[in-house]
Amino acid sequence: MAAHPSRAHGLATWINRREWLVGYLFASPWLLGFLIFSLVPILLSFYYSFCKYDVLRPPMFVGLDNYRYLFMESPRFLTAIANTLYYTAVRLPLMMVGSLALAMLLARPMPGIGLARTIYYMPSIVSGVALSIIWLWMFNPQFGLINRSLAIFGVPGPLWLESPNWSKEAIILMGIWSLGGGRMVVLIAGINAIPNQLYEAARVDGANRWQQLRHITLPQLSGPLFLLTIVEVITSFQVFTEAYLMTRGGPLNSSLFYNLELYFVAFQDYDMGLASAMAWILFAATMIVTFLLFAASRRLVYYESGKP
Amino acid sequence: MTIARRTAEYVAHQATIWVGALLLVIPFLWMISTSLKPSAEIFSPTWLPSTIEWGNYTRALTEIPVLLYARNTVFITILCIVGYLVSGSMVAYAFSRLRWPGRDAWFLVMLSTMMLPPQVTIVPSFVIFRQLGWINTYYPLIVPAFLSGWPFFIFLMRQFFLTIPQDLAEAAKIDGASHFMVYRTIMLPLAKPALATVAIFAFFLHWNDFFGPLIYLTEDSKFTLALGLMTFAAKHQNEWSQLMAVSIVMLLPSLVVFFLCQRYFVEGIATTGSKG
Repeated sequence: MAAHPSRAHGLATWINRREWLVGYLFASPWLLGFLIFSLVPILLSFYYSFCKYDVLRPPMFVGLDNYRYLFMESPRFLTAIANTLYYTAVRLPLMMVGSLALAMLLARPMPGIGLARTIYYMPSIVSGVALSIIWLWMFNPQFGLINRSLAIFGVPGPLWLESPNWSKEAIILMGIWSLGGGRMVVLIAGINAIPNQLYEAARVDGANRWQQLRHITLPQLSGPLFLLTIVEVITSFQVFTEAYLMTRGGPLNSSLFYNLELYFVAFQDYDMGLASAMAWILFAATMIVTFLLFAASRRLVYYESGKP
Repeated sequence: MTIARRTAEYVAHQATIWVGALLLVIPFLWMISTSLKPSAEIFSPTWLPSTIEWGNYTRALTEIPVLLYARNTVFITILCIVGYLVSGSMVAYAFSRLRWPGRDAWFLVMLSTMMLPPQVTIVPSFVIFRQLGWINTYYPLIVPAFLSGWPFFIFLMRQFFLTIPQDLAEAAKIDGASHFMVYRTIMLPLAKPALATVAIFAFFLHWNDFFGPLIYLTEDSKFTLALGLMTFAAKHQNEWSQLMAVSIVMLLPSLVVFFLCQRYFVEGIATTGSKG
């Protein structure tokens, strides 16, 4: 940061003051946007969460009623939490191991590697709606490509999206297909930043592949891996489009995720107070998990300088 | 390691990469195959249709106003891109090159809004837009872009601005250039790669956006491609060839943009990822 300019001189102060004005002027689009689309909505949302509010009539203060209802009475709220946690817990390790494996496979320059990376990345650009339609067809229990392929090996495929036991797994599989390549690109950048001497030294000392992975790649990559873990958790907590389009939360609420329930409460029941309470609970949960991850990262993430 | 073993490993490595790539594109190929099949063959497991049925496309394109939806989507997407570029680059300039009181505090505030789940603001934003009479208009989708509604873009441009050497701007200022001129004639031209990255991200963000149009657009003629495709899918659940045909029409522009701009795209993701 530049040193503070001298205030002794009158002209300097004047220029300084002008620069203040210019600074705020240049920042004004965001400052205004922050005020209108973040600060005011945050305060309103907090207030609504203590109100009964259906948009048509003015909000009516009801204290902690919404929160009490969610935890004590709502038939769906706890199901939505359980489904979301299950989704996150299954998807996170699969995505991390999968994208790391891909990154290690595709990190080294070799003929055709550019094309290969492009192909692996391609599913990331498919819109949620098109993605859902493609995979509805892939997962079709009778005619879908997946069960057809399983049948060739004599394996009877599950009903996937139509089965309460497989709907979440199906959505997870689809998520890994669509986002694994994007996660991979981030990790490739991380792998390429690891100094080659480390591997050379390890080889001279007779370290095998597994030892190199365990003692060089993973510690050196712990920064990007940590970042991806946070991104993954936040993304998983917010899963919406696929479930909305493919299952509407069914069958038997087996894919009723938190955000889907929030959407139903807000934009089908128009119970804006309850929806706001749900949003704040999600916010609190996200903050707590992020905080815990950061706390854990102090022990697990390796920083070059020795300190985070 | 013997040469034979090294060759074997290389072949195995390459084979793994390409088998994986094939598995990954199979859903795309299956989609294309389905979209071209005559209706009698949709439920048969063949990859190549006996005759290529272009009619699926023409029927799908006439049954829903795809061109209208496409025009709506292009309109929204282009305006949003312009909005993010203009507002975001100004704010990024303020956060990287200007000294003003509270700058660093505001920057922290901006970073923390990136962490805020959109659900927290979605209900009150909906209420505010409703009060303004903006439901079933494009304003709720476009106006936030002009007010830097996606702070990540500011962050991305600021990081890039910080890498541009100060000397040029200093020289211009000594020659009497105003901050606006420095921003306009020095920073923006030099920041083209960052602007391109933001434009591409913004394209995908809004071309694929589903939630915004879902809650703000109510009238059929205003729908975007994503919303129109969803409505079509709900009505024609088992007409797989037509569903695939419309999906392909929606995907094509994304694929074209992706292949034309790959370089910016992958670099942008990689740098933002590694810098956090």
